[in-house]
Amino acid sequence: MADTTPTPPPRVALFATCLVDLMRPSIGMATAKLLEDAGCIVEVPSQTCCGQPAFNSGDRDTARALAEQMIAAFEGYDYIVAPSGSCAGQVRKHYPELFKHDPNLARRADAVAEKTYELTSFLVDVLGVREVDAVCAGTATYHDSCSGLRELGVKKQPRTLLASVDGLTLTEMNENEVCCGFGGTFAVKYGEISDSIVTKKAENIEDAKPQMLLAGDLGCLMNMAGKLSRRGSRIEVRHVAEVLAGMTDLPPIGVPEKETGR
Amino acid sequence: MTAHPTSPYFKDNAHEALQDEQLQKALSNVRQGFIDKRAAVAAKLPEFEALRDSARDIKNHTLANLDLYLEAWENKVTDSGGHVHWARTAEEARQAIVDICRKAGAKTVTKGKSMISEEINLNAAIEAAGMTPVETDLGEYIIQLRNEAPSHIIAPAVHLNATQVESDFRRVHTHLDPNRDLSEPVQLLTEARQVLREKFLAADVGITGANFLIAETGTSVIVTNEGNGDLTQILPKIHIVVASLEKLVPTLDDVSQILRVLARSATGQEMSVYTTFSTGPRRPGDVDGPEEYHVVVLDNGRSAMLGTSFQDMLRCIRCGACMNHCPVYHAVGGHAYGWVYPGPMGAVLSPSLIGVDKAGHLPNASTFCGRCESVCPVRIPLPKMMRHWREQEFERHLTPATVRSGLGLWAFFAKRPALYQFASNLGMKAMAWFGRDKGKFKSLPFAGGWTDYRDFPAPQGGTFQEQWKARKGGRA
Repeated sequence: MADTTPTPPPRVALFATCLVDLMRPSIGMATAKLLEDAGCIVEVPSQTCCGQPAFNSGDRDTARALAEQMIAAFEGYDYIVAPSGSCAGQVRKHYPELFKHDPNLARRADAVAEKTYELTSFLVDVLGVREVDAVCAGTATYHDSCSGLRELGVKKQPRTLLASVDGLTLTEMNENEVCCGFGGTFAVKYGEISDSIVTKKAENIEDAKPQMLLAGDLGCLMNMAGKLSRRGSRIEVRHVAEVLAGMTDLPPIGVPEKETGR
Repeated sequence: MTAHPTSPYFKDNAHEALQDEQLQKALSNVRQGFIDKRAAVAAKLPEFEALRDSARDIKNHTLANLDLYLEAWENKVTDSGGHVHWARTAEEARQAIVDICRKAGAKTVTKGKSMISEEINLNAAIEAAGMTPVETDLGEYIIQLRNEAPSHIIAPAVHLNATQVESDFRRVHTHLDPNRDLSEPVQLLTEARQVLREKFLAADVGITGANFLIAETGTSVIVTNEGNGDLTQILPKIHIVVASLEKLVPTLDDVSQILRVLARSATGQEMSVYTTFSTGPRRPGDVDGPEEYHVVVLDNGRSAMLGTSFQDMLRCIRCGACMNHCPVYHAVGGHAYGWVYPGPMGAVLSPSLIGVDKAGHLPNASTFCGRCESVCPVRIPLPKMMRHWREQEFERHLTPATVRSGLGLWAFFAKRPALYQFASNLGMKAMAWFGRDKGKFKSLPFAGGWTDYRDFPAPQGGTFQEQWKARKGGRA
């Protein structure tokens, strides 16, 4: 006899990431909308940071402490979804490594890692979403952020979804898989080198002549937006989730309320 | 030439490199040339990814049994009439080589391209012993004329342009017609050939590196594109190979597998132009070859990496793909790294060989973009190993105090969610208020590394978690 009970909607913990939480809550709201539109029950567990800055600075104790805090807050959900390839990658790829010598936590870290996803990858690969209900007239270029691309294989998923946005044309830039020079604390510790890298990125973005620059990671977006703005560029910079959720009425990154063009 | 590392001054080196317009132009060639060629040649070979796995496995197996294979290899070299010299340190390696040259009464010593000879600063030792070392690889020859170190492990003069080379040739080759035409690169090449041909014929000893040492046969292998390596090792009476111990592979079959990923990863060639196998000195009946064949095997800190979290680095086959794909290398070039090995592989290897206290910047100067690992033919987890170095620096309190205290303050809040959420919500509201007119900050305290070069976007105001609570409250 076939089981006719309808599958309950997945309970998804929204892992906003500390940057989105602090700098641009609208990305979190857009993420929640996309997940809810796809039939998920969205909850936001109390959170601070996944610990990546400590992990990449060599401070394993702090990285472990924050990871443990995060695991405890998020392990009770079906899925954990972040609007960031970098932060999702930290949980998916590096949490298991942090606890591999701690049998009890290793099990919990592995379990959390397995159900953690970057937003567009979760929508497309797990939920099978192919279309979103959004309108955004204009041209955009998409930067493939490094961790999402190389740790999680995020490449086609955002493009699949963007192709369904009414009025939007995607124009690829040269070297879209090359780092923007953000690299977390690298951007401040080695500011001059970071500047050289983001300058090349800005040139590639400008050469593609888009109205908008999109990406899936706020750190990279702030870096590129900051450089484009310093160069006097008028290209609007947004997180891909905001466009997919049809939330382009808010000012782009680094633009004050009064100048909102759209 | 690379006697004293300038790695501690990496930031100053990088600053100079970034201001050097000629260098920046030369580096843009690296950014464009190597990457597309590798991608094209890899795409043509369906089993390329499987071959990378195989190359990794061969090197892992060798490293796990290194003592066994080294001994087997030594026996084979000795059986074929060659001599093996074990060198624990750079000094022992220099001494062994200088002794062989002295004993032969050598005046001119030709050299094929060898990063190990750079690592042990061999040319200076040969000169100090009253002999003349002559680099015969075109790039190495050029930088020898300039008294410079290589800026790339397979393209040592990649930081230079043809005009610079022309002026060096005119400065040094004073025996040639001063009015000769050197405006075309091919004319520079022809002139180098002419000059070097005399050196090949005059050489008493030829020194090469080795891409592989084969345990099964006692053979050393060099992979080159110019043919200079062959003339270096065949024409003189004595051939000295200088190689580090991790160049070992078990069998000829293994070499043939690794060769399939080496040139593809390095230059985007299917094979290099010359792949030369040398086993022992000239045998009775051989038409050519040296009368003596020596191999100087260098450890210099490598055996201490075995069994540590840095063992995987010993898989490296020196193809240069990691630096070819590195945004930091593209920005600052090889000399900024301040020692023999630049780019991601240097950022991992140099701290092992000269100490993390000297080379500490190198594993930190990475965005962890991961592109190096994605192209490494033997799949070395380079970002992970750079992170291991950062951990060692943190544990040994070598991390700068500002970074340490900044991390500590941030961690204090991040470990206390309620306090963090309360403070960050207020903080972001305040910051948004200050940034409300421009939507961005042109400068910020403690963030000059950011705002000297780009604007800092202002936050929207209030945190996502507060807004979410408000939304849920509104609904209820």
